[in-house]
Amino acid sequence: MALLTMTGISKSFFGVPVLADVDLSLAAGEVHAVVGENGAGKSTLMKVLAGVHAPDAGTIEIDGHPVTFGHPSRAQAAGVATIYQELTLLPERTVAENIFLGREPTRHGLIHRAAMDGRTAELLGELAEDSFGPRTPVRTLSVAQQQVVEIVKSLATDARILIMDEPTAALADHEVELLYALVRRLAERGLGILYVSHRLREVFDLSQQITVLKDGRLVTTLRTADTDVDQVVRAMVGRELSAYYPDRATPGEVGRPRLSVNGGRNAKLSGIDLELRAGEVVGVAGLQGSGRTSLARAMFGAGPFTAGEMRVDGAPLRPTAPRQAIHAGIALVTEDRKAEGLALRQTVRDNALLVARATRRKGIAVGDVLERVRLRARGHDQPVRYLSGGNQQKVVIAKWLGMRPKVLIFDEPTRGVDVGAKAAIHDLVRELARDGMAVLIISSELPELIGMSDRVLIMREGSIAGELPAGPSEEDIMRLATGGRTND
Amino acid sequence: MTALAVDIRREGLRRALQAGAPVYLLLAALLVAIAVADPGFFEPDRLLAFAKRSAPLVILAAGQYLVIVSGGYDLSVGSLVTVGVVVAAETFNEFPGAPWPAVVALLLAGGALVGLANGLIVAVLRVPSFIATLGMMLILEGAVFYWTQGSPHGSLPEDFRALGRGNAVGSLPWAVVICLAVGTATVLLMRAAFGRTLLATGDNERAAALAGVRVARIRLAVFTLSGLAAAIAAVLVGGFSGISAQAGRGDEFEAITAVVLGGAALGGGAGSVVAAMAGAFSLQALFTLLNLHGVSGALESTVQGLIVIAAVWLGAVNWSRVRRRPATTTPRGEA
Amino acid sequence: MTEVAVRTADRRQARVPGLTDPVVMVYLALAGVTALGFITVEARGGDFLTLTNVVGILHNSVVLGLVALGQTAAILTGSLDLSVAYLISICTLVAAETMNGQDSRVLPAMLVVLGMSATVGLINGIVITKLQVNAFIATLGVAFILRGYIEDNYTGPAGKVPVSFQHLGYDRIGPIPVSAFVLAGATVALWLVLRRTRLGYHMYAVGGDEQIARLSGVRTHRVKIAAHVLCSLSAGVAGLILASRLGAGAPWAGTEARYDLESIAAVVLGGTVLAGGRGGVAGTLGGVLILAVLDSVFNQLGVDPFFKNVVRGAVIIAAVALYARRGQRAGDNT
Repeated sequence: MALLTMTGISKSFFGVPVLADVDLSLAAGEVHAVVGENGAGKSTLMKVLAGVHAPDAGTIEIDGHPVTFGHPSRAQAAGVATIYQELTLLPERTVAENIFLGREPTRHGLIHRAAMDGRTAELLGELAEDSFGPRTPVRTLSVAQQQVVEIVKSLATDARILIMDEPTAALADHEVELLYALVRRLAERGLGILYVSHRLREVFDLSQQITVLKDGRLVTTLRTADTDVDQVVRAMVGRELSAYYPDRATPGEVGRPRLSVNGGRNAKLSGIDLELRAGEVVGVAGLQGSGRTSLARAMFGAGPFTAGEMRVDGAPLRPTAPRQAIHAGIALVTEDRKAEGLALRQTVRDNALLVARATRRKGIAVGDVLERVRLRARGHDQPVRYLSGGNQQKVVIAKWLGMRPKVLIFDEPTRGVDVGAKAAIHDLVRELARDGMAVLIISSELPELIGMSDRVLIMREGSIAGELPAGPSEEDIMRLATGGRTND
Repeated sequence: MTALAVDIRREGLRRALQAGAPVYLLLAALLVAIAVADPGFFEPDRLLAFAKRSAPLVILAAGQYLVIVSGGYDLSVGSLVTVGVVVAAETFNEFPGAPWPAVVALLLAGGALVGLANGLIVAVLRVPSFIATLGMMLILEGAVFYWTQGSPHGSLPEDFRALGRGNAVGSLPWAVVICLAVGTATVLLMRAAFGRTLLATGDNERAAALAGVRVARIRLAVFTLSGLAAAIAAVLVGGFSGISAQAGRGDEFEAITAVVLGGAALGGGAGSVVAAMAGAFSLQALFTLLNLHGVSGALESTVQGLIVIAAVWLGAVNWSRVRRRPATTTPRGEA
Repeated sequence: MTEVAVRTADRRQARVPGLTDPVVMVYLALAGVTALGFITVEARGGDFLTLTNVVGILHNSVVLGLVALGQTAAILTGSLDLSVAYLISICTLVAAETMNGQDSRVLPAMLVVLGMSATVGLINGIVITKLQVNAFIATLGVAFILRGYIEDNYTGPAGKVPVSFQHLGYDRIGPIPVSAFVLAGATVALWLVLRRTRLGYHMYAVGGDEQIARLSGVRTHRVKIAAHVLCSLSAGVAGLILASRLGAGAPWAGTEARYDLESIAAVVLGGTVLAGGRGGVAGTLGGVLILAVLDSVFNQLGVDPFFKNVVRGAVIIAAVALYARRGQRAGDNT
């Protein structure tokens, strides 16, 4: 009998259906992957199961018994534990306090701290985690350590169904390996694991079943052993995977150097030498924590270089605040759009004009700029929070185009962007380079990086470990990024 | 072309109304209720007198609005009004023949300076604005009482008081003119680049800073303007009611209430200044209505409390959602 | 073996309460203020650390201390309570009128006052959580409602507490005022709640991040409501002590001393973060004592009482600016 059966699950927000009649079943000891493009409804489906959202229609059965969850605590009590995309730990509390949050053991009405710490130590021991202990404040832990705490937190509930929503998004490669081992061990213990991911390699490594969602509907459920990546991708996008990227720059298009760094260093970076030329798209690859984002921020004056020389169009510049970099013609599209890119409650127009206003540039034709980025929106006076991820990203880019940047840095240009908008953004990036801007792209998606870049810089441990010409293989990039010790 | 422009303008008006719709309804309802209780209220003279009475609170609300949309509070404005009135009295006491424009200029400069100090404490020392302006309020109140020992003396000359209670032309009070000027200036400010940048900063400070906005400077500006507004209010209050160490007491809460009634979000990033000023008029209309019905002045605050909670509650409720689904399935849970 | 490894790691990374721990800073500041007061007062030929004086400081800390403890509970959950001042006034009035000078009615009166306080806390909590009204506005609104009731019904002192009840406010056990024991009791009780009960743990969690707490299965609304009930109950106890000291109820009992804003100031002075999730009772008590010691020093030096407010304001701003600097530096390191 299936451990979990979800039948006919539907859910809409503000009248917009996000899930329609979705079925899913999960057996004990099984890793069941749920895949789909952004907006396919994966996260909503998981939140319905976790008791965060009540479904509008449909039934959930655990061990054949129908259940309804009005609150996450009810789902937990029924044995459903969730590890969310964003970490859900309280930095000010200790590891043990976080793990037992919401179900602290008590004795005589008081918290039984010894039991709490003891059980935490035990669970950490089972996962062979000895770099921190039950009483360590979470704010002192690294992201990977926090992920371990998240997993322990779900184990401590004696969960039988574990939902993992993009668990590797914030992990470095060697940490991903540890996570795989952990997931397999949990499945061996008889847990049913729902593994939500857009990284198909992970999905094929780990799962026995794959459920594909598209536009809130169930497309198909496949046995992993009977299928391949192409079939899954076709099911996800509903068409053949097109490896289309805009043409690369021809030698004639690459012009004079617009930005150069010599011997740049700060607390997180050392020995940075690079040159970005007009008309060129330069990619930056590297593992999480290799210093890619720090490099972007250093050039942009947010977390500046403390030594070395930087020039923009030949003029020396050492920005210590974003403002100075902006005035010199450097623009940065940050990786976290919602936290750092947009004022979500303000209109498209006000967001698109933010930089121009901050730098007192007048006479920007917002309409033209928004047309240029091919924004698809009902009007420019609606708050950006109502736009799709792709259109939001276009607004962020529009914000920078008004100042006619010399150097445009993209940190994860298409994160959280649907396929259609992704292609539009890729075209736009190339177009901007053709206009004479120097473009730097940081991306964790190697196909994107390889498809877009005229050359690729690879970072490792805060330095540039190497450079590869256009069209490198993923293997070459990974070899440089990991220091030659690739596991596969 | 013209049709398009009109269309855009109408669209803008619709949005402005939507932004603070509940407060306009509230104000309209209160005015209707007043008209029913006292049909003579809408004679021009009485209406202007009402506007004159409302002017200080409306001006304080405009200043407070700027601080609130930036994501802060200004609790010091009430005590700043007290200080303004007392300083005016003591100045005229010390220099009996002082020209009133000089004294007004002194007050405005002082108010702006106190506001600037608030801004510096918030922006540079990174003290939360609630605490910074609370501390400033204690300092100002202590200082003014220390100085006057609780009973300020002296009197304000007629020409100075005219600003608060006299008429500019015909039966148009100075206070109304000043209030209109402040209101217009604030609306224009909010439409200008500064205002749009201020809203974006209140909405997402990090995004604004990374777009090159000088966040600290914006903070300094809004607190300075709030201090300036408080000084203008002090001139009107001093003129209207004369000298008292109680002048302005509690005004900070009235002003915050007005802004919130106008639909601005505490925490910043959303709200309309016209609606905030309408909130101030609503409060004043409420007091007028209660007076008309012979409700004791004491109970005024009870009614005020209830209305504020109700208004914010209704503003917080997403009506479309309530209509669409029974409350039991809202994702808020815990219902 | 793992156990051992865990323990060592634990010791290595556990928080070492250094000089930058807010609570340590608060008590260092308290010691500093006391020393400074001692030196100035002695230099002027006065006596600072006399028994009378220390007892006086304790005596004067009690009411603000109780209110601030309750306020700590509200602020830790990311809320705050602006209604306590008017609640205190009403509590003194209801207590004195219910007692009406009769010994037999002391107990019922206390129960009525505590019941009423709890109800006000419940209302605050419900308006904030269920009606989704911002805490600032919700409790300000409730404060307005209470004020209207007071001003409509009272113009001056009312009721009378029996002599037996006045022992609470003025008697001493040995040199220590009875009311100081009440404060100590309340401190220990709240400390226990915060550090040793699920409610306390959940209060920190809700203040730290309400969404995370909810996702972890914490009943966030109940926790916030409970925090507001605790806050109002503390104000109610403060009101009882004030009634006992005044001998009657007074409409200005809570408002004249500005217990609403003063208590928030004391909590923040004690290192609790206004945004919630960080802080505790030990710091609050330190904050209250700092204010009381300052008061005492000024009294001894014969400083104008109004000037005290000026210094208070400056001290509060300076203290929070210091905490902000510390937080910033800690942030830079990570």
